[in-house]
Amino acid sequence: MNRPDIRKLFRDGLWDQNVVTTQLLALCPTMAVTTSGTNGLGMGLATTAVLTVTNILLSAIRHLVPDQVRIPIFIVVIATVVTLVDMSLNAWLHELHKVLGLFIALIVVNCAILGRAEAFASKNGVVASAFDGLAMGLGFTLSLTVMGLMRELIGSGTLFAQASLLLGPAFSFLEITVIPQYGGVLMMILPPGGFLVLGFLLVAKRKLDARLARRNAPSQTENACCTV
Amino acid sequence: MQLALLRERIPYQAGTLAACLLITSAALVFSNQLTAPAIERAARADLQSSLTQVLPEGMVDNDMLRDARQILTENGASVTVYRGSKAGQYAAAVFESSAIGYAGEIRVLIGVDAGGTVMGVRVLKHAETPGLGDKIEIAKAGWIRGFEHKSLQNLAPERWAVKKDGGIFDQFAGATITPHAVVKAVKLGLDFYAAHANEIAGE
Repeated sequence: MNRPDIRKLFRDGLWDQNVVTTQLLALCPTMAVTTSGTNGLGMGLATTAVLTVTNILLSAIRHLVPDQVRIPIFIVVIATVVTLVDMSLNAWLHELHKVLGLFIALIVVNCAILGRAEAFASKNGVVASAFDGLAMGLGFTLSLTVMGLMRELIGSGTLFAQASLLLGPAFSFLEITVIPQYGGVLMMILPPGGFLVLGFLLVAKRKLDARLARRNAPSQTENACCTV
Repeated sequence: MQLALLRERIPYQAGTLAACLLITSAALVFSNQLTAPAIERAARADLQSSLTQVLPEGMVDNDMLRDARQILTENGASVTVYRGSKAGQYAAAVFESSAIGYAGEIRVLIGVDAGGTVMGVRVLKHAETPGLGDKIEIAKAGWIRGFEHKSLQNLAPERWAVKKDGGIFDQFAGATITPHAVVKAVKLGLDFYAAHANEIAGE
């Protein structure tokens, strides 16, 4: 087994193959939870943990699993890991579970996890799969947090509201009320706001990619599809 | 390679799937047994803290979780009522009630004194519009405190409504269905208490 190119894995996860902004996967949890920066961050971190674990497990058993039954096996393993995480959080980190509980159940329906199992973990070694899970998860966290912050800022005029509930009192400095006495733009909190923000994010990323591609034009042919 | 050939055979495929299910089920059973007591304890602590929220401090001195009664309502449902007492004397009751809001059921927890006067109300669960309907939460606004010290005696039935409908409770700008539903849930709860006061208070 070749040594995995960790830099490329992280580059892919965080930017080039970002789950939300490039692969357009996992849009269901993305739309549902990005009503605030804190929610986006919480969902992202929970997903990162699950994705890393499932990638490791599924990569470890990849030689044993026949192609014909791989999808049910992936799904069973993913659902089991999510349930185990849910139970242990509920039992031993109950306060955190009260904040994250809703997201954890949603991770089962996150197609990005099955997507990584199918596209990466079933074809690559355990170490590479672990880093792939971590990188993809962090990329997902990044997209969700940025979307959550944008919707929260326009929708309720705050940033990272209630972050101390998620991360502990030490992080209460993150909670900023940008616009006091703000009436709020309800639409940004409701689903249409999610689609709008995602749309603008996609445009911004493609513009940026196109500009980068033009700058180092001959080497980056793979970005050609992204030029407008 | 041997494994590559084996993987093409149906019994191997079925066997792999079965083994996978067996292992994951075993893991779930094991972890359920491991976590169940802790989860149970956490749920009781949660319940305890919501019970103390709807009754003023010092009103009861017993462990209300250990003094629960199942009361059958007229339509056959069973409501758990937690009884509070002070120095052995029955003093208060806490129970759940619900009504349909703008987006599904709104569940509230109501604390009343022995005479049926509301001591406190908290919303346990709702899916109302964020920013409009969620002002029923104590964390967002003080509106829910408007029920305190109200009873069926000191407030006529037709006044148990939002202001738009001739009642005394404020509605929110852009959301009337939500407060309407909460008022209805509290009123239903008090009706329930009035109808079963003897059953709840009796020894």
